[in-house]
Amino acid sequence: MSDAPDTGALASPSCPAPAEADRVTLAHGAGAGASARLFEERVWPAFANAALGARHDGAVLAAPADGARLAVTTDSFVVRPLFFPGGDIGRLAVHGTLNDLAMCGARPLALTCALVLEEGLPLATLSRVIASIGAAAAAAGVPVVTGDTKVVERGKGDGVYVNTTGVGAVPAGRSLLPARVAPGDALLVSGPLAEHGAAVLSVREDVGFEGAFASDCTWLGPLVETLLEAVPSVHCLRDPTRGGLGAALHEIAAAAGAEIELDEAALPVREPVAAACELLGIDPLFLASEGRFAAWLPEADAERALAVLRAHPDGAGAVRVGRVAAGRARVVVRSRMGTRRLLVLPSGDPLPRIC
Amino acid sequence: MCLAVPGRVCERHEEAGLRLATVDFGGVRKRVCVETLPDVAVGAWVLVHAGIALQEIDAAAAAESLRALAAGTDGAP
Amino acid sequence: MKLVDEFRDPALARALAARVVARATRPWTVMEVCGGQTHAIVAHALDALVAERIALLHGPGCPVCVTPLETLDRAQRFALDGGGILCTFGDMLRVPGSAGDLFAARARGADVRVVYAPLDAARLAARTPERPVCFLAVGFETTAPAVAVAARWARQQRLDNFFLLVSHVRVPPALEAIAGAPDARVDAFLAAGHVCTVMGTAEYEPIARRFRKPIVATGFEPVDILHGLALAVEQLERGEARVEVQYERAVRPGGNPAARALVDEVFEVADRAWRGVGVLPRGGLVLRAAYAALDAERAFPALADVAVAESPECRAGEVLRGALRPPDCPAYGRRCTPEHPLGAPMVSSEGACAAYFRFRAAESAA
Repeated sequence: MSDAPDTGALASPSCPAPAEADRVTLAHGAGAGASARLFEERVWPAFANAALGARHDGAVLAAPADGARLAVTTDSFVVRPLFFPGGDIGRLAVHGTLNDLAMCGARPLALTCALVLEEGLPLATLSRVIASIGAAAAAAGVPVVTGDTKVVERGKGDGVYVNTTGVGAVPAGRSLLPARVAPGDALLVSGPLAEHGAAVLSVREDVGFEGAFASDCTWLGPLVETLLEAVPSVHCLRDPTRGGLGAALHEIAAAAGAEIELDEAALPVREPVAAACELLGIDPLFLASEGRFAAWLPEADAERALAVLRAHPDGAGAVRVGRVAAGRARVVVRSRMGTRRLLVLPSGDPLPRIC
Repeated sequence: MCLAVPGRVCERHEEAGLRLATVDFGGVRKRVCVETLPDVAVGAWVLVHAGIALQEIDAAAAAESLRALAAGTDGAP
Repeated sequence: MKLVDEFRDPALARALAARVVARATRPWTVMEVCGGQTHAIVAHALDALVAERIALLHGPGCPVCVTPLETLDRAQRFALDGGGILCTFGDMLRVPGSAGDLFAARARGADVRVVYAPLDAARLAARTPERPVCFLAVGFETTAPAVAVAARWARQQRLDNFFLLVSHVRVPPALEAIAGAPDARVDAFLAAGHVCTVMGTAEYEPIARRFRKPIVATGFEPVDILHGLALAVEQLERGEARVEVQYERAVRPGGNPAARALVDEVFEVADRAWRGVGVLPRGGLVLRAAYAALDAERAFPALADVAVAESPECRAGEVLRGALRPPDCPAYGRRCTPEHPLGAPMVSSEGACAAYFRFRAAESAA
């Protein structure tokens, strides 16, 4: 959707459609001329930092302190639409990668950013995305130290794809691992679920929902640090992004070789999100969050962890939702009726259904 | 089969010859077709399936039947 | 949500389950007709609450499951060969046709779109006059009004690029077939509450009388379903066989007259093949002559030319009639899973096989 109507700045009646000069062309990816101008005029101002300022082929970073270990994670973002209630692809690309570092217990050191642009994308749209990446990275205090831009022919992309890689340092003595999840652990979540998935669905596929939807897209670093400082016994953290909490629990159960029991009545889902799920016939357990995490820790520390999370604005809605039991690697739901059933993963992304 | 969800009519509209209503479902608003309930009033509860209202819901009857069920006086012998 | 959450009250549900078990002096077999009820039963494991006395059979009420293979293949053909846009409900995308599902067709270049409402497909046709738009219309009587309104609107707007591939089915002929089958094991039916919301209950009176089976028009939440079971069991224990309405907040005896009139204007009753079941007399709806211009099969004669290939291993027909439990099918869970379904009941979240597989794969979850 190269000419998607999301170019608010260009929508004035005096400027009905962007001229060719205001759009991304193949030359912007060719390495010289237009490409260099694109960087100087649109990327550098948003990202300016010393490493990027070196105009080198890569970034050279200082090694972390003694005893710390490096964490690296990467993710590509292809969300449609590019701008959605509560966020956009740029903010998501920064928070998604920084959150994956946080789940490893790492404090972020640097980000990289690669853009794949579709020929014909309005430059104003590109600038909005870049500004959003820059603002989210700056707010987290993390420099975007190196990057790349490529342009694909019109019709071969969805406007903008973003890849970000994050590098962080895990302080000595910290070890968050799925394999550390053990029978007897409590399972907490840091807030209401499925908010990102519902926000994106609400503006997609002609669903036509009006309502108080906003993605929960947030950097989780500060909340994670607060939790780990106060409760170092945490065994594992996982952010339930694509596939939702349901998919995350399956991954952890498999890695830990244990049964996770989820208490359906305790699952935090705000009413509009629950209502949207009822309307579309989608289980909120399988819709993404982008600003929440699940935490596994010894039962003895669960109440303290909950108090710490709830005292932080990003964790105000934290609740206990389940426990880990000895048994086969699987996820069991204790329903509101008090009965138990296996949670089986759906095949593919959830689709609106009428049946 | 046949997922249908109750919501409350907030507004009536006419568009391209179709009777429509904005219906509130627990904080989510959506336009649905009410050709099937031509006289439905703002404030009414309706049951919506695949973008169309199937029927008006008798919310008072629903509350009454719940009370009767809870009291065990729903006509059970 | 109001009018939903109250009917998920655990204490009330457990009290009703206890009432069902207490009233039943012997084991009874009850079939819930509707896939929506199947979904609720397995999601809340309601069958476990009454298992002491009641065997619940999952019925044929999944329109996705009974849509004939020919229709699915024609939809694919339209999407792949015609340069048109195929619209349908999200439920249909993963149902296997002879050559893969609609996702596979999409991967081969077909323009397949998910809509929430049939009217959205007609509106899409109005916005894209240069391309034919076809809506794959599946569903029971509940869904027929939504399709009828789209058809009527398209005709009023004189859209000449909007078409329907119709596979609408009717519940009463299916109930008759199940109740009258020589291997019938069902003592009572929970009828589909939303079908009755549209159609009313009169069609079920002769079935209840003829086959001496209680039929209770039942809602979709745990309290509804357990209440419907209680009413059915109480009839059985008294030796009665009446049509009764549990879902009183939505079902009126005459249904919704405006909705029925709409359906009647656009559709007429006809014999219809159900996938896995065979042709049911008066088992479906077809477009009336006045709406023939919307009929995709008439507008695109090439669609008739499909060679269907059903999996020889799939025993969906017996499952849909209640004659075979999904786990007793040799292919179940081995060559047939939700990831790689052989037949439609393994696809839809309310298909009897997928329901078993997803929610009850391990009886050991108890």
